[in-house]
Amino acid sequence: MTTKKIWIVGLATTVMIALMLLAETPSVAANDQPSGASADVKIDNFSFGPQTLAVSVGTTVVWTNRDDIPHTVVSTDGVFKSKVRDTDEKFSYTFTKAGTYPYFCSVHPKMTGKIAVQ
Amino acid sequence: MTYKNQDLIDQRLQDLNYDDVDRRGFLKCMAWAGTGLLWTLSGGIPSSRAFAKSHGHEAGKGGDFSFVQISDSHIGFNKPANPDVTATLQTAINKINAMPHKPDFIIHTGDLSQLSKPSEFDTLDQALKGAAAKQIYFVPGEHDMLSDNGEEYLQRYGKGTKGSGWYSFDHKGVHFVGLVNVANLKAGGMGSLGREQLEWLEGDLQGRSASTPIVLFAHIPLWTIYPDWGWGTDDSEQALSYVKRFGSVTVLNGHIHQIMQKIEGKVSFHTAMSTAFPQPAPGTAPSAGPMKVPTDELQRVLGITDVNYLVSGSSLAIVDSPLGDSGSSASGSRGGLAVVDSLFE
Repeated sequence: MTTKKIWIVGLATTVMIALMLLAETPSVAANDQPSGASADVKIDNFSFGPQTLAVSVGTTVVWTNRDDIPHTVVSTDGVFKSKVRDTDEKFSYTFTKAGTYPYFCSVHPKMTGKIAVQ
Repeated sequence: MTYKNQDLIDQRLQDLNYDDVDRRGFLKCMAWAGTGLLWTLSGGIPSSRAFAKSHGHEAGKGGDFSFVQISDSHIGFNKPANPDVTATLQTAINKINAMPHKPDFIIHTGDLSQLSKPSEFDTLDQALKGAAAKQIYFVPGEHDMLSDNGEEYLQRYGKGTKGSGWYSFDHKGVHFVGLVNVANLKAGGMGSLGREQLEWLEGDLQGRSASTPIVLFAHIPLWTIYPDWGWGTDDSEQALSYVKRFGSVTVLNGHIHQIMQKIEGKVSFHTAMSTAFPQPAPGTAPSAGPMKVPTDELQRVLGITDVNYLVSGSSLAIVDSPLGDSGSSASGSRGGLAVVDSLFE
């Protein structure tokens, strides 16, 4: 293998990794809103806390399951849907549009919450 | 402790006796609050008795056949109060195999797994292979439909079933119906059967003689036990309206990891204990999460409890008698108390 070929392979790999990293980056609002803000919702004792959370546009909300039982975070209107989250597992979603987003745990539907995005 | 609980039960009995519902015949039910129930059908009246009393007295005498209900194995759960749920399932299977009268089959009322993982189902299958009763009927719990709308569950246990896994079968003159009330749950609601399943159920029961004994089984209770914790099924009234004309209806559920029983006219409702971990009595804890007990108390919490219902004429007698050796009464009685507290208050 020539030096040139090795260089090309190396470049290609670098580009691929860069692309993969870009793909992994959570999407943020494509406007001038401050990005990077985050807010937490804890899942404790089969409830979301706080049950209603007010955030500004561009905020990433992070849910953490602190129960011994798996839960999910599912938008009632189909906007977002987590995989099943076992103990200490997290789910995050970045809200890019103002509005009210009701959600629930599809395993224990009595568990409901709301994100108010302004 | 036991006597105190007995007093409470006796007190509740007084209330029950005011119920003028026509009691049909004689029903004796003893539930073993550890790993499962043995059901004996005799003349269409199901009764259950504890495994540990399988040499026992008249329960099951003359019974046409028997089956065992186990529930809520939660294979994959590994936290307090039970880090080894496979071992306690094995204990249940050993108990079943040790019974002198072999049950015709086993019904598992759901939550086979903790997270619907193939490896968890594999472990369950491996354990159940050791059961002497080869025929096992399943219905899914919400834990069995977590990741893929129940695809994994249905592939393994749902052959020949309809929709999300419901079906019926006949056994020696008794009609059994396995229902699924853990799929497509709605925000803010409890368990749900859904219109498609209800229509199927109505059709399934149509044309059957009213004298056919009916057994309905599903994961979440088909009667409302505690709405705050979702312990009920939103559209169960509709389902129960289809069985009203039958002379003997038995409803078997799991989900709540404790024994609760109720008799309403010709319908008797029962929930089974878990083979994995206990859950608190309704409203006695901040949530319905696993009830943590010290390791050396686990066996006692999963210990053996009899709950006997004697229906004779218009009088209903409930006798709580812990089965275990001396010392098992404190926690053993808990299950019995839970039955009484939730049912009649």
